[in-house]
Amino acid sequence: MKRRDLLLAVIALLMLWQVAAMLLRQPILPSPIAVAGVFWRELSSGELGEHFLVSLWRVLASTFLAILIAAPLGVILGQSQRLNNLLSPVIYLTYPIPKVVLVPIVLLFFGIGDLPKIVIIFLILFFQILVLVRDQAAAIRPELIQSVRSLGAGRRALFRYVYLPASVPAVLTALRLSVGTAVAVLYVAELFATQRGLGYYIYYSGSTLFDYAAMYAGIVALSMMGLGLYFIVDWLERRIAPWQFAR
Amino acid sequence: MIQLDHLTYNYGQGIPIFQDFSWEAHDGEAWAILGPSGCGKTTLLYLLAGLRAPTAGKILIDGQPLERPRPHTGLILQDYGLLPWATVLQNAALGLRMRTFYGPDGKHAPKDFQPTENVNTWLERLGLTAQADKYPGQISGGQRQRTAIARTLVLEPDLLLMDEPFSSLDAPTREDLQNLTLELWAEQKLTLIVVTHAIEEAAILGQKILLLAPPPNTHPLVIENPEACTPLFREMPEYLDICRELRRRMEIG
Repeated sequence: MKRRDLLLAVIALLMLWQVAAMLLRQPILPSPIAVAGVFWRELSSGELGEHFLVSLWRVLASTFLAILIAAPLGVILGQSQRLNNLLSPVIYLTYPIPKVVLVPIVLLFFGIGDLPKIVIIFLILFFQILVLVRDQAAAIRPELIQSVRSLGAGRRALFRYVYLPASVPAVLTALRLSVGTAVAVLYVAELFATQRGLGYYIYYSGSTLFDYAAMYAGIVALSMMGLGLYFIVDWLERRIAPWQFAR
Repeated sequence: MIQLDHLTYNYGQGIPIFQDFSWEAHDGEAWAILGPSGCGKTTLLYLLAGLRAPTAGKILIDGQPLERPRPHTGLILQDYGLLPWATVLQNAALGLRMRTFYGPDGKHAPKDFQPTENVNTWLERLGLTAQADKYPGQISGGQRQRTAIARTLVLEPDLLLMDEPFSSLDAPTREDLQNLTLELWAEQKLTLIVVTHAIEEAAILGQKILLLAPPPNTHPLVIENPEACTPLFREMPEYLDICRELRRRMEIG
């Protein structure tokens, strides 16, 4: 995709929003220009920025935690038929459960603060990464393993030179698939038991303050976070998995 | 010298592929192992590579029992042997990186290993310099096999094992690489063992041809082919004779 086309799409969407706002003329749909003004005001007062950073921290912390735990576990399961046979029924049953329904339980167990939010996003990313990395590791051709073993590789070198690099694209694909869900669930999780984060900000601005422009500014900020994370994953893929794009 | 000493090998409880099978190959010989699919030729190569262990009996290389892949043995498979995420240069250097990773421990790398070998010299020798920064997915099948050869020869092997190395290539590329293999065999004073299902390839690459039959294999059937590995052997009447004989014996088998 070209940058110019992306920019044109942004402009088209903003114009659509503007036209809809002009037609509807209701406070529940402020124009993008009005929202931009409030966005700037809230940002410079520091309030929106702080909520943004709190939310961003929750997403990033859970992402790193999920990669750190799920990726090596996926490699181990992908390598060992026996372990995989043992654990795959558990994964099969728990993977499709929509993790968002666990929010009340996680809140009960982990209380207020950042931890329950991090745990819930972690759960989503964890299963996604685990399954994709496991399948990737299991799909490595035995011929490749044997060739590399014949070059002198033992267990450690196989892990370092074969399984680890093979799992990089799987981790990135998992992130690409789940970053949107992660932000969505973050929003839900931030509706409860917290006074920080964009989820709280959006909800509070809309339903308590009836400041719809601020609510929209929060929504824009959360969307930008989701989009930004997606762009980062995209960029990382080109950067650290370039062979997938070389043709 | 390679010795199979009363080797028995079977998968699970089935008919053993090799039963009490003894065979030997001397340094510097060029062997082809020929047989129909399922005869155990790839299994034999994996045994010689130290990637499988015999059910009974022993494999000795230079008098030493083989228990794990040996640093001075090179292995080249038909396909899928290159890391798809590494460039040609990185793939060719993989064995060296592995040796540096473990250090000269005598197990993963030779005790006298010095990380001085030059990968680029081998890439140049095999005509891969222009491909050095490409990924395996971007180059031809012939170039991929050349990369695999470079990766193996950089490690200075004395024994080169090849499993159907050229069977997925088109005919001109295949002949080209067969000639290259013979050239390198003579130049590097290698012991060469090539597994193939193609009669013509066995005739070209094997001065001695070990013919395997459907299991169990109990006695080696060796066919002498002394004229092989000489230039223009493909054009000589002996080439057609040996092909005819191999075909006849395989039909009986």
